[in-house]
Amino acid sequence: MSASVHARGVRKSYGLVEVLHGIDLEVAAGEVVCLLGPSGSGKSTFLRCVNHLESINGGELEVAGELVGYRRDGDKLRELTDRETAATRSRIGMVFQHFHLFPHLTALGNIMEAPVRVLKRPKQDVRRDAMALLDRVGLADRCDAYPSQLSGGQQQRIAIARALAMSPQLMLFDEPTSALDPELVGDVLDVMRGLAKDGMTMLVVTHEIGFAREVADRVVFMDAGLVVESGPPRQVLDEPREARTKEFLAKVL
Amino acid sequence: MVTLDPRPPEAAPKPPTVVPVRHWGRATAAVVVLALLGLLVAGLIVNKNIDEHTVRQYFFSRLILHGVLVTIELAVISQAVGIVLGIVLAVMRQSKNPALSGTSWLYIWFFRGTPLLVQLVFWAYFGSVYAHLTLGIPFTHLHLAQVGTNTLLTNTVAAYVGLSLNEGAYMAEIVRGGLLAVDEGQTEAALSLGMRRGLLLRRIVLPQAVRVIIPPTGNEFISMLKNTSLVAFIGGKDLFTNTQTIYSNNLKVIPLLVVASLWYLVITSVLTVGQYYLERRFARGATRTLPPTPIQRLRALLVPRRMVTT
Ligand SMILES: Nc1ncnc2c1ncn2[C@@H]1O[C@H](COP(=O)(O)OP(=O)(O)OP(=O)(O)O)[C@@H](O)[C@H]1O
Ligand SMILES: [Mg+2]
Repeated sequence: MSASVHARGVRKSYGLVEVLHGIDLEVAAGEVVCLLGPSGSGKSTFLRCVNHLESINGGELEVAGELVGYRRDGDKLRELTDRETAATRSRIGMVFQHFHLFPHLTALGNIMEAPVRVLKRPKQDVRRDAMALLDRVGLADRCDAYPSQLSGGQQQRIAIARALAMSPQLMLFDEPTSALDPELVGDVLDVMRGLAKDGMTMLVVTHEIGFAREVADRVVFMDAGLVVESGPPRQVLDEPREARTKEFLAKVL
Repeated sequence: MVTLDPRPPEAAPKPPTVVPVRHWGRATAAVVVLALLGLLVAGLIVNKNIDEHTVRQYFFSRLILHGVLVTIELAVISQAVGIVLGIVLAVMRQSKNPALSGTSWLYIWFFRGTPLLVQLVFWAYFGSVYAHLTLGIPFTHLHLAQVGTNTLLTNTVAAYVGLSLNEGAYMAEIVRGGLLAVDEGQTEAALSLGMRRGLLLRRIVLPQAVRVIIPPTGNEFISMLKNTSLVAFIGGKDLFTNTQTIYSNNLKVIPLLVVASLWYLVITSVLTVGQYYLERRFARGATRTLPPTPIQRLRALLVPRRMVTT
């Protein structure tokens, strides 16, 4: 299988402070990778780099065979224009911890916005697909609700549907259940489980060890801007090799 | 489990009578204020200098009505141009290019920092600064068109230009505040969906900023309406200019000022109601339930209040 995400020695600094010190990470097409690590270890930062929301300061990062933020031109690297960056981002779905639904649009409006405005697809088709997506996340009956009228779990499922509406090749999740009441977590994880089963390529930052154990093909443990260890969930979660992983798991489990 | 409607316990006993608390201090203050208000109104009615006959005579006179129309036109168009200008300046201000953000800053600094009256008079006398306005290629002798400044910048046009440019500076700050009030996450979500800056601004950020922008803009519009009276200094033919024209002939200054004030009050009242409905419309999505309209509120006041016992 071809690599969906290919990161080699990725470095990222904010001002003078380097927060990613050379990340190596691969996600194969169709693979589900869960990214674990303590707070401040750089998980969100790495995800944002994959999605071009942050530019990297060193190393190389490719998504679906294309360099992130740059284009190879002979032996030169050319920075991408706004248009090209936007086009790349439209093929990567992202789900945020705090949902970030558009509050002035209904659930349906949130899902339809990008396919209609960015991909310029006909409204009728988009509406039909959007309703199908709403059905898939179990919220077809709430299509006319505004985000403020939905529970956190419902909002997050709408946010997932919104990302899926762009038919992404890769889905990024940044702690999608961390802001939810415990009893609402299950519905969101169910939707993600379904996605994984359907073969979606997923990179998931999460503290849900149970979900990682059950759904992930691979678990990657990060600490202080570096990948500490990675492997199948059984190995990393049940027989961690590194002391830092053991320490973290002891706290979370 | 969290439920939204906590049901009252079944077979509740007869509810006790509720005795509302009496606000004695508040009531005393209200009586005093109402008494003073009554005295003021009585004083106005009794006073012969107000001359309500003249007020009535001129209220719907042709010159006054024409002035009202000009005032409304001036206010609406200048405010509209000011809003557009404000959006452009606010977006420029946020630009990473220092030439753009710097120019915007300079504009706001200048137009907020000098009196509107001075600006209006300046535009009216612009012809004495630059006699001709030329459309052509700079530093060459290629002129596509040339007009005398005074033919183009008549006093009426100067009034529009002065009010609009000044308003643009104030609106820029209001719009900027609105843009800053929109959560950063909205931008990230929109970017991650492949939206580009222009689309993001138009479809995601501005519609949300509007909620924050409307109340101060309503204020601005009301100020604008009253500031139009300054164009009387450059012969603007507005309500105040015409009022002045009339009272300098018949010397009934106070009655005519009452006429003008009443008209300004009428227009601002209409605006206030309009603003209320505009705010309501843009509150969509921001609140779970919309606030009642004034009519609904009036009805609620008139229908006797009942104790809620379910
Ligand atoms: N915009 C920024 N400017 C400066 N420093 C930043 C910025 N964003 C993140 N950082 C720093 O980078 C480091 C990594 O942050 P990041 O948000 O990626 O951590 P994380 O692993 O996602 O943590 P958490 O589990 O709390 O979300 C932190 O030390 C953080 O303070
Ligand atoms: Mg994070």
